[in-house]
Amino acid sequence: MAAQPPAPAIATSASAATPTRGYWATVGRRLMRDRVTMACALVLALILLAALLAPLIAPHDPFLGRMPRRLRPFGILNSLGMSDNPRAILEHPFGTDELGRDMLTRILYGGRLSLFMGVTPVFNALVIGGLLGIVAGFLGGWVNTLIMRTIDVFYAFPSVLLAIAISGTLGAGIVNAIVSLTVVFIPPIVRVSESVTTSVRTLDYVDAARASGLGTLSILRVHVLRNVFGPIFIYATSLISVSIILASGLSFLGLGVEPPNAEWGLMLNTLRPAIYTRPEVAALPGFAILVTSVCFNLLSDGLRSAMDVRI
Amino acid sequence: MSGAPASGAAVPLLAVEGLKKHFPILGGLLRRPVAWVQAVDGIDFAVAPGETLGVVGESGCGKSTTARLLMHLVAPDAGTVRFGGRAINAPGGIGLSELRRQMQMVFQDSYASLNPRLTVADTIASAPAGHGMKRADAQRLAHDLLARVGLEPALFLRRYPHELSGGQRQRVNIARALALSPRLLILDEAVSALDKSVEAQVLNLLLDLKDDLGLTYIFISHDLNVVQFISDRVMVMYLGRVVEIGPVEAIYAEPAHPYTRALLDSMPAMDPDRRTTEPPLSGDPPNPINPPSGCRFRTRCTFAEAVCTAREPALDTVAGAKFAGHHAACHMARAGSGHSKAPAPGAGGDSANPVTAGARP
Ligand SMILES: Nc1ncnc2c1ncn2[C@@H]1O[C@H](COP(=O)(O)OP(=O)(O)OP(=O)(O)O)[C@@H](O)[C@H]1O
Ligand code: SF4
Ligand SMILES: [Mg+2]
Repeated sequence: MAAQPPAPAIATSASAATPTRGYWATVGRRLMRDRVTMACALVLALILLAALLAPLIAPHDPFLGRMPRRLRPFGILNSLGMSDNPRAILEHPFGTDELGRDMLTRILYGGRLSLFMGVTPVFNALVIGGLLGIVAGFLGGWVNTLIMRTIDVFYAFPSVLLAIAISGTLGAGIVNAIVSLTVVFIPPIVRVSESVTTSVRTLDYVDAARASGLGTLSILRVHVLRNVFGPIFIYATSLISVSIILASGLSFLGLGVEPPNAEWGLMLNTLRPAIYTRPEVAALPGFAILVTSVCFNLLSDGLRSAMDVRI
Repeated sequence: MSGAPASGAAVPLLAVEGLKKHFPILGGLLRRPVAWVQAVDGIDFAVAPGETLGVVGESGCGKSTTARLLMHLVAPDAGTVRFGGRAINAPGGIGLSELRRQMQMVFQDSYASLNPRLTVADTIASAPAGHGMKRADAQRLAHDLLARVGLEPALFLRRYPHELSGGQRQRVNIARALALSPRLLILDEAVSALDKSVEAQVLNLLLDLKDDLGLTYIFISHDLNVVQFISDRVMVMYLGRVVEIGPVEAIYAEPAHPYTRALLDSMPAMDPDRRTTEPPLSGDPPNPINPPSGCRFRTRCTFAEAVCTAREPALDTVAGAKFAGHHAACHMARAGSGHSKAPAPGAGGDSANPVTAGARP
């Protein structure tokens, strides 16, 4: 039997020269083409801007209550013969709360705390949990076992219960709420980072880098971190909506932000009795929570598909 | 030493003795090992400078594990590896980073072995840069190597792996492996995923590189045609063991081990005269967790006898071998082993090869 004769060498023809761009440029281009994600990003940017600029654009003092003006309806309803003052349409466009404070003002100010409480615990958990997960995944062995088994203990409790239990122990307050939510978000982030890192670590290009004599630190930096950051970051963004809702929930239960501060969850709580008399006013903070968390979720989904560039 | 290269005089470039790796299977709450996969179970072989050693065997027989053990990507459980006559990580021996400069590997999966976030230039330049080469020099080296493996640098340097075809990716992998000017290149299924015409181009590239750079190859493949084309010597593995090793002519024309014979029979036959009436290799290989006692091949061997269950055949010179350096681990190849088809002790070198006998007209 003759050895298989190889075909004569053909000069490698380069496929038509395609312009190449970096990974992030590709991701950016894909994001720009995704209308839903761009719309969500726009809404979130507006919400963030409104919250930041609240002192400048809010029509009233968020803490100034006027009992005679309690639970006014939306301004537009006010004009339907319920007031003889034509300026009342613009006076309280979204009505007033149970203490006569302007709702528009409180919603704008409330966005500051609600967004802060949504993003901060997730950011803290991303730093702590991401680090733990990457270390566990990269080192493997007993370090991995130690970290992951510890994390499993936290997993035994549903996240809502865990947040309430920790907040209840620490007491009410913004800082305590942030601490308890951070603790709640660390375990899932550790799990995701550990599994992503473990799968990257066992890929051939990490072995190829080891085989070419690169040190552990440069392998970690060039080959592991660059490839695990994206998935971990995307996962963390999907937790922001959960965090906003949990933070609101804590405030609603009296375990988070305390009155008279403006925060959407707390506002939802204090307006509860008005649900039958002024449902549109009472539902407003809930609507703000809904829109913000849905936008964060859709944004996270859009990021995920845009960053999934592999062919 | 068993499995020494045919050109035995010179010091082998690579000498492996008793190399062994058993992977634990973890189970239970404490994740303790409950069983061991005998991926590589004590293998000996040597590679002479300038030769190409082909390694063949079914999927799961331990070819890739052997390659990773040689690169020290996986720590061996036992055994010694000597490179250029020097032991690894021993006093007076060769250090790991020096070993990895002299011995490089092209991985089985051309896509998984390229970092998706690095351009071709950065992938090739990363190893020399990691060894202290100046960035500009490393980039120039990447440029030259890309041209050397047949890819137009201007077109490819700034590309990402997903913008390359399979053949182009494998060329990049070869360039990366060459960046440290190694003497020995391990090619793990380097052409298996390529279609036939691209495969032929890459094989020709490998032959050119070998001539120009004076390389030595360990060429792992399950494609026996390709192995025959490129190898000087061939090593056949079965369930973590070497069952036969010898010059390529000996293995392909005079296989002494029934497993080698079965592999050759399952090869797409190019010459109808070689077709035999023996049943081809049937069934899956036994579980490497619990390999059969005695000869590991006996559960699928048509020649198995009592002695095959009782004693494990050693890898040793084939009785009456026509080629120097032809070793096999089968009782039929050993005079006086107790197998009915074994040559009688003291029989001359002209005794018929029982394994190929059926094929002779
Ligand atoms: N890290 C590991 N942990 C546990 N078992 C492993 C590991 N790596 C390999 N094995 C097992 O060791 C055996 C040999 O695997 P190996 O990859 O060396 O085979 P191979 O000959 O290269 O096969 P293929 O032709 O499919 O590439 C297989 O049974 C495999 O399942
Ligand atoms: S030793 Fe026995 S079972 Fe093993 S290959 Fe030889 S004849 Fe077959
Ligand atoms: Mg393999």
